[in-house]
Amino acid sequence: MDIPEKEFLAPGHRACAGCGATIGVRLALKMLGENTVAVSATGCLEVITTPYPETSWKIPWIHVAFENAGAVASGVEKALKAQGKDDVTVVAFAGDGGTADIGLQSLSGAMERGHNLIYICYDNEAYMNTGVQRSGATPYGASTTTSPHGKESFGENKPKKNIPMIMAAHGVPYVATASISYPEDFMKKVQKAKEIEGPAYIHLHQPCTTGWGYDPSKTIELGRLAVETGSWLLYEIEEGEFKITYRPLERKPVNVYLEAQKRFKHLADEEKEKIQNYVDQVCAELKI
Amino acid sequence: MTSVGATVKEPGNSVKNKTGSWRTFKPILDKEKCIDCGNCILFCPEGCINKDYDIDYDYCKGCGICAEECPVEAIKMERE
Repeated sequence: MDIPEKEFLAPGHRACAGCGATIGVRLALKMLGENTVAVSATGCLEVITTPYPETSWKIPWIHVAFENAGAVASGVEKALKAQGKDDVTVVAFAGDGGTADIGLQSLSGAMERGHNLIYICYDNEAYMNTGVQRSGATPYGASTTTSPHGKESFGENKPKKNIPMIMAAHGVPYVATASISYPEDFMKKVQKAKEIEGPAYIHLHQPCTTGWGYDPSKTIELGRLAVETGSWLLYEIEEGEFKITYRPLERKPVNVYLEAQKRFKHLADEEKEKIQNYVDQVCAELKI
Repeated sequence: MTSVGATVKEPGNSVKNKTGSWRTFKPILDKEKCIDCGNCILFCPEGCINKDYDIDYDYCKGCGICAEECPVEAIKMERE
């Protein structure tokens, strides 16, 4: 695969050392190219790339509020169309909080209206920017500051909200999941999303050194473990057709993934087994 | 041009902020060992390794992903 050399996210940004979000955005922008307008929801990405009066973005970028990345991207797309600029790609980047919770209604509207845009959710599975509070995308068992483990609670007690499938239910032409640890798979999906007319949604799984509790050098390794254990699945749904894009040769036990992170350290064996059973069930359905 | 809200008109001007000062461990690449796979370039959160595999220490935060992902262990992390 030919990977463009040009970078559209400048260094000097304030992301934690070993940040997964910036890797994802760098790779996505490489495929989208300079003829792109980016929209961000409030979140890590917005805060780390644009400490006023600085910006890391080398393409036009706009942030309005937490809940409206979908709406702002819709507006930008319509405005460009009205100006006859049909060749400009519009991309929205939002975290899991800005997608699964706060921005869900505006995203749903954008998908429903059929705007020609790409929405990429960089999913680090909690509100990392404000200090690791749980979001709808926090997985079962994870300890966060608002779902802590202790006497009264064992961590997050609800399953991860399945946003890509909610997006697929809108009947949009393209929905995909991806991981920063599988860059070619991710970049191919970005390329497809760019070429497809109409709304495209990519859910990018992205380990977070601060919120998950692991050494910064292990960001890619953790993302890989998530996929190799079946905890995160790589697939795409193109015009309604579901396709797994990566199958681990041999699925590793979920324990390997859980035990590598502080947020799961407190889990008792029976909870881990519960998670393993859940993963097995999902993987059996999809023949992974 | 009228500005609405907080507008930054200088694309990519975050380069003014040299994040290399955050670093405690420094990646040192042995170019003799390097097999030109591109992993470190692709996975650098700062995007501060160029196509000739020169690491820009002005911005490298020393996360160590490059050393971790190098398939031939050509990158060593050394204490500053």
